[in-house]
Amino acid sequence: MKRLSSFEEFDLLAKNLDGLLDVKKGLVGESDKYIISICSGTGCQASDSEEIYQEFKRIIKERELENKVECMISGCFGFCEKGPIVKISPDHAFYTKVKVDDCERIIVEHIINHHTVEDLLYTNPTSNLRIRKQEDIPFYKKQHRIALRNCGLINPEDIKEYIANSGFRSLVKVLQSMTPNDVIDEIVKSGLRGRGGGGFTTGKKWELTRASKGKKKYVICNADEGDPGAFMDRSIMEGDPFSVIEAMTIGGYSIGSDEGVIYIRAEYPLAVGRLKKAIDQAREFGFLGKNILGTDFNFDINIKFGAGAFVCGEETALIHSVEGSRGEPTIKPPFPAVAGLFGKPTVVNNVETWANIPYIIDKGYEEFIKIGTEKSRGTKVFALAGKINNVGLVEVPMGTTLREIIYDIGGGIKNDKKFKAAQTGGPSGGCISEKDLDVPIDYDNLLAIGSMMGSGGLIVMDESDCMVDIAKFYLGFTVEESCGKCTPCRIGNKRLYEILERICNGEGEEGDIEKLENLSEVIKDTALCGLGQSSPNPVLSTIKHFRDEYEAHIKDKLCPAKKCKALARYVIDDDICVGCGNCARKCPVDAIYKTDIKSKRNNKLFLYQIDDHKCIRCGTCESNCPLKAISL
Amino acid sequence: MINIKINGKDLSVSENTTILQAARQLNIKIPTLCHMSLHVANERNCTSSCRICVVEVEGRRNLVTACSTLCQEGMNIKTHSLRVINARRTILELLLSDHPLECVTCDKNGVCILQNLAQKYGIYENAYKGEMSKKNEQESSIAILRNNAKCILCGACETVCNKVQTVKILTHRGRGFTTTIGPAFELGLENTPCTFCGQCVSVCPTGALTQTSMIGKVWKNLADPNKHVVVQVAPAVRVALGELFDRPLGEVVTKKMVAALRQIGFDKVFDTDFAADVTILEEAHELLERLNKKEKLPILTSCCPGWINFIEHQFPDLVDIPSSCKSPHEMFGSLVKSYYAEKVGWDPKDIVVVSIMPCLAKKYEANRKELAHDGLKDVDYVLTTRELGKMIKEAGLNFNDLPDDEFDSPLGESTGAGVIFGASGGVIEAALRQVKYDLDGEKTQLEFNELRGLEGVKVCEVEVKNTKLRIACASGLGNARKVLEAVKLGKEHFDAIEIMACPGGCISGGGQPIHKRKLSNTIIKARRDGLYKEDRSKELRISSLNKDVQKLYKEYIGEIGGKRAHELLHTVFFSKED
Repeated sequence: MKRLSSFEEFDLLAKNLDGLLDVKKGLVGESDKYIISICSGTGCQASDSEEIYQEFKRIIKERELENKVECMISGCFGFCEKGPIVKISPDHAFYTKVKVDDCERIIVEHIINHHTVEDLLYTNPTSNLRIRKQEDIPFYKKQHRIALRNCGLINPEDIKEYIANSGFRSLVKVLQSMTPNDVIDEIVKSGLRGRGGGGFTTGKKWELTRASKGKKKYVICNADEGDPGAFMDRSIMEGDPFSVIEAMTIGGYSIGSDEGVIYIRAEYPLAVGRLKKAIDQAREFGFLGKNILGTDFNFDINIKFGAGAFVCGEETALIHSVEGSRGEPTIKPPFPAVAGLFGKPTVVNNVETWANIPYIIDKGYEEFIKIGTEKSRGTKVFALAGKINNVGLVEVPMGTTLREIIYDIGGGIKNDKKFKAAQTGGPSGGCISEKDLDVPIDYDNLLAIGSMMGSGGLIVMDESDCMVDIAKFYLGFTVEESCGKCTPCRIGNKRLYEILERICNGEGEEGDIEKLENLSEVIKDTALCGLGQSSPNPVLSTIKHFRDEYEAHIKDKLCPAKKCKALARYVIDDDICVGCGNCARKCPVDAIYKTDIKSKRNNKLFLYQIDDHKCIRCGTCESNCPLKAISL
Repeated sequence: MINIKINGKDLSVSENTTILQAARQLNIKIPTLCHMSLHVANERNCTSSCRICVVEVEGRRNLVTACSTLCQEGMNIKTHSLRVINARRTILELLLSDHPLECVTCDKNGVCILQNLAQKYGIYENAYKGEMSKKNEQESSIAILRNNAKCILCGACETVCNKVQTVKILTHRGRGFTTTIGPAFELGLENTPCTFCGQCVSVCPTGALTQTSMIGKVWKNLADPNKHVVVQVAPAVRVALGELFDRPLGEVVTKKMVAALRQIGFDKVFDTDFAADVTILEEAHELLERLNKKEKLPILTSCCPGWINFIEHQFPDLVDIPSSCKSPHEMFGSLVKSYYAEKVGWDPKDIVVVSIMPCLAKKYEANRKELAHDGLKDVDYVLTTRELGKMIKEAGLNFNDLPDDEFDSPLGESTGAGVIFGASGGVIEAALRQVKYDLDGEKTQLEFNELRGLEGVKVCEVEVKNTKLRIACASGLGNARKVLEAVKLGKEHFDAIEIMACPGGCISGGGQPIHKRKLSNTIIKARRDGLYKEDRSKELRISSLNKDVQKLYKEYIGEIGGKRAHELLHTVFFSKED
């Protein structure tokens, strides 16, 4: 491909590619050609989607169906719970949990005989009805995809498909008809806020960086996604790497920079591979490099690998890491917009934020502000995880309630258990209890109820989760990921963790809750960076909403959720026990002994009892009791 | 000007004033721990990591660090609100919860800033007991000891090593709770380009960095009737030792010091200044020789062992340009075990040479294999000024009431030229006095004010016998690097350069008394002024006029720069490129 060297050449190319995605979009109605899209996100790849892709190719070749059907990879569909996903276009048949052995059936039944393979369709758990089309599945119904607009649609390794779906149109628009200030103005008016956690207004950041003095400026894409359970950035880079490239180039034009850096975790090899291919293709087509599209604007992008330190998601730490120094935060000001990478003005935005940019430029801010709430415009991608039926990636307008996300999109709680709490914002966020399920989610409302948006992890907990244990889990993460620079985070979080550990082990003391509260407040108040300042949130929010659980642990030495082993007591129900002795034989520490009380159900045998001092709470007796007489 | 309010009081400050500086203007003391103004080195340790200096600023969500937050128009600051006091207390409690709390047996007892703050805030019990992050163990080396359990990760040692000295061997290792500071890959200091300058020890606010101690071995030798124990004292010691006994900063306590050493039990109390005079004769001779031949210029001084370690590691291609002179105390050692031994009739094997030095690198230097004759080390033990202070206290001497005493003969006599070796610029000034005296005779000049400041790099031109000599003088290894690089690149030409590893010279050496204010201008200036005062009080101020030195050459060494001189007084350096 010859580099595009003018807007006209781009227009011509775009025109030629028009219609490339018609089949996939289902715009052609009945067609004699099928496209099989196989999800190639990390989740589906882990369940053999690569093998499925190869198998489809093999069968197509073997049956000489090349003219009739094309098979290609796609980005993540988001419905990871049901992966690997295979979608057939143009009729949008959405096959879930496909195995390699199913490929033959799909080809024969669907492609050759035009029959849907019913048993591979998604079944609505409430109505028990099979749903054929993707858009009819409740998981997708309430979603509004902007950042994920291309994920699952285009082949992420083919720039032409991206161009065919309005790709690079925004860049052309910017270069052709907008001044840098026009672009910044557009982004400011859109009200777009950083999707990585802080929620700072993106346009303001750009404005500040543009206003900073200096010839050399940098554009950074923060792809150091590290919240446990969050994978929205990874999915965007795997499914739609071009949008990030286009957006960064627009950012470069706006702030006056010719160099971009994508800081990505080395643990994301697939995303790295896709980005590399995408950058190569963008260079080949002339969207990166010198004199982009014949203008005098130069811009190129490099990839920098992070070694997986959570704190490197904090922008100053990230910048130090790119510079080759230890990934440690420094105090702001100076903000990166004034003195960032190598001391030069730098704009740092996260992947999801970037993915919104081409949309805003293309559709205009007026379209964008129609979505969302007044102070939080647009959509937000959430990674649903935990005790929820539809684990996966969802994008919803800001202002959607947690109830809608969990019940309508997420399909409710697993195994019909009771909802207890939802954790947003990763380890820095807080737990939201049932009473706040109907609060419209946006940056400010989440802060008001003691949590935060964070990067969009959403972990659902049910009645079997102990909230003290959950707080301990998140603190454990922060202790592990603290860089160790400032005292409150380095020692304070460790001490918080130790107190929580004591409470979970039944060694909690009167005054521990107050100690936790004081220490948490001081850490919030004094830690150096955002990671430290938000690390006690899980403790504070669980104390706020579930103080009774803490008290039960400390005062009654009880774990209401029966999660904390040290506080659990295995008991044999005298009414059920027939004295078979199976439990005593299986107990690894001989903690179960025979009494001299006769069993109520078998007067020839004697009841058994558990010596709590010896019991190590391994649960062997419980699982070996034929009558289920033993429980916590 | 920026208008702010602190604790209700209005104040106007200039731009780029930190809250900490502003508060000082109002005489409000905000506690600091990691923040240090290293005045003499023209550097600041400001990692904002300890968080002890937090204050409340109206309208800010969180507390801010006073040390690193600049004043902004209209700021309303509270420095001791309940919220601030509680936060500071909690932070101190946290630091102490991960600290060995063995103050009574700690080397920094009394000068530890953490201890001082704990007392100020009345922290008497450990509110947050828990696991200790590191084992309470010493990482040892030949001169410097590190106990990471006592480290509060302020990063001052890193700043001084990496930025001031540009040796760059210290870094944060690991992360989170178990983070430590030290050389990468846990290497021992001997396996790194460490120069053992000891500035890290000087700036460490706690007991994490201390020195190896030779006190025990020295006491043992003193008690041995079969040993003849000779002590020598470096010039910078006499203007700092008094600080350990509450005497005014910079007071010259030479005579009391001599008395103390004699009462401790040293058989002879000599002066390193004697050897400094010898050094000058040899070095000035070498300079003139090189100037005549116009080769290997500039000549670099070689009396600072930290600097020698630095050039060996950092500029391995330049190791042939320093003067081949040993450092004065090593010259002294070899003279004691030859000249003096012959004179008094002791077998050199039974003579023990102890050096009292302001320096930790001397501990390393004393163990260099080439600084020995027939398997006998020139210098057996090196004690720092701090260690001498301890010995005096151990011996139960009431320092302030000691009578005046004089150095012993024949190695106790010295000129003012030897005294000023302790300050940056002093060695080269002493050499210039000599060169000018040798060449210009009566027209000699004694004081060279351009070489006497505390600036890191000083340059001057001196006219000697109608030729102009261009002289440079650098203190602090970062400055040495700058000068050497300029010379290497041909950007600068000098005939002679004096280099001392510690900012300001030996007076701020790693073995000197430690104060709460690190590398403070006031302290270093006072010590420097002490040395120049001592110089001026001397009858003789030119090395070659030292009668005992003249006698030494006449009776024993012969020619300056001759064969015997080379055997006893000169050495070689090695390139240690890794």
